[in-house]
Amino acid sequence: MTELRVVRSTRTSRVALVVGIALVVVAATMPAWAESSWMRDFVEIACYFVFALMWNLLAGYGGMVSIGQQAFFGLGGYLMLMLGNLAGVNPFVAIPLAALGTAAIALPVSWIAFRLQGGYFAIGTWVIAEVFRLSFANMSIVGGGSGTSLTALRGIERATREALTFWFALAAVVLAIAGVYLFLRSKLGLALLAIRDSEVAAESQGVDVRRTKLWVYLAAAFGAAFAGALYFVGNLRISPDAAFSVNWTAFAIFMVVIGGIGRIEGPIVGALIFWALNRAFSDYGTWYLMGLGLIAIVVTIFFKQGLWGWLQQRWGWSLFPTMRWLAAAPSPSPSSSSEVSHAQHR
Amino acid sequence: MLDTLIQGLLLGGLYALFALGLSLMFGVMRLTNTAQGDFIVLAAFVVIALAPLVARSTLGATLLTLPLAFAAGYALQRWVLNGTLGRDPLPSLVVTFGLSIVIQNVLLELFSADPRSLDSGGFNTRGLALGGGVAVGALPLAIFGMALAITAALQALFDRTALGRAFRAVSDDREIAELMGLDARKVYALATAIAFVVIAVGGALQAMRTTVAPSDGPLLLLFAFEAVIIGGMGSFWGTFAGAMVLGLAQQVGFRLDPGWGIWVGHLVFLAVLVVRPQGLLPRTRG
Repeated sequence: MTELRVVRSTRTSRVALVVGIALVVVAATMPAWAESSWMRDFVEIACYFVFALMWNLLAGYGGMVSIGQQAFFGLGGYLMLMLGNLAGVNPFVAIPLAALGTAAIALPVSWIAFRLQGGYFAIGTWVIAEVFRLSFANMSIVGGGSGTSLTALRGIERATREALTFWFALAAVVLAIAGVYLFLRSKLGLALLAIRDSEVAAESQGVDVRRTKLWVYLAAAFGAAFAGALYFVGNLRISPDAAFSVNWTAFAIFMVVIGGIGRIEGPIVGALIFWALNRAFSDYGTWYLMGLGLIAIVVTIFFKQGLWGWLQQRWGWSLFPTMRWLAAAPSPSPSSSSEVSHAQHR
Repeated sequence: MLDTLIQGLLLGGLYALFALGLSLMFGVMRLTNTAQGDFIVLAAFVVIALAPLVARSTLGATLLTLPLAFAAGYALQRWVLNGTLGRDPLPSLVVTFGLSIVIQNVLLELFSADPRSLDSGGFNTRGLALGGGVAVGALPLAIFGMALAITAALQALFDRTALGRAFRAVSDDREIAELMGLDARKVYALATAIAFVVIAVGGALQAMRTTVAPSDGPLLLLFAFEAVIIGGMGSFWGTFAGAMVLGLAQQVGFRLDPGWGIWVGHLVFLAVLVVRPQGLLPRTRG
């Protein structure tokens, strides 16, 4: 009789974990030796990346395609600024508080947004983001339409501020990846993958579809707000047009679609590509943006799985496996043993 | 008060023209065109660019644009958007959203960020006195009449013609409709082609009434979308009624404070979503 056991990791994923930890340890020492422009770059791309990872969780796993996630990015930024400037909270302490506050606001927002589905959900969330933008543009206490500066950081020395911002960004990246990964490997994550594959089938197996989707929505709002709060701590200045710009979601969609939607590696690859393109071509302004739009269209039509999806199909790479394989061999390798995948990637 | 009411309804006429195309495309193939507003702006710029070729006649340029819009809509649906349809809304959303960014930046490159308008030969300054100190502009009134006529025409097309029957059939059940001999891809392409003609009319009238700039698209999309949802899906008269409600709400908001007009419109939309999510005149199919 053959012993069956559940396999949840691959050799690639174990190697990736070791390499990842080594990279993070090296990166953590950057404030001691790196130039401050590198750290600023890292903070910026980290905010883009965390925001994109959250959009991927929402759209790629939760099936909720939103064009309004900038609502939570901006709210995170504004709540952090208000806690810092008006309530005297240390801005670094205010970052997680702002994210929590935004998640609390996202709950009543979900009651409205969840009335719509599919494409109409996407535009409905955009309207909600516009409501927040216009509301903050009319609030004179935070500078109205022209925005205001984060004065609460004045007492902190520049080097300390930059190092702290950098470590916060690094921690945000690590925690966001780990959080999403562990969530997807949990029971709730399995439920989410089941919903994505078939809502009706999942419901018939006892999955509470509405509740699971709500949790994902709130988690994505929390993450987006964290990225927003962190971004404006690094930026020192906020305005409604910058905070609630639809470009945040546009860039997130670009990164996720290019890298590969519905997989954790997707936004990582996408963020690296986006960063490289931004470095090389952003001086070309309108042509650069036209190019991004065209790439997104072409990839969506011809390479639905994105770059990482293509690599995965070709070589079976998976850095963050969320699958469960049933393996019979004593020392199993998922690609060679006869396997049953319960929850597969797209 | 009466003045605000009339101005709101007339503004709603323009929004109805923006919204009908969105309503049509969603109704026939469940496609959410996030580039709706950008296509409106693009059509307006095409009219502006063509005007010098036809002796600066705005009417001539608009009439020239309509068949172009029909062909562009047909081709876009047939060879690009049809490939993105399916159970998953993501591909069509990403492709139309990408188109939106491409259109905005192409227009920015060609026409700069300056707002432009179309010369309507003084028609936009003419007015009609209704008595009691209330006057309405001739152009807004004409736009309102045009919106009424196009709404009625689309509803009649859907209810009474063979093409309308084909639209309803592929909307209800694509597979069965194809078994009955319809080519869904061509039916879809015709739906988008017709939607684009309405979009072009809306764009030209918008440029006559006020101005258009390359970055205006997203806001126009949101107005169109709000009108569709307020009105309820699946009926053109519903979309028309939704546009009236939105126009009124914005006009009342503008009257209270010019900075809050659009905000009030958004809030009325959200309120309708909470209180009556099926919209005012729903007739959802499938």
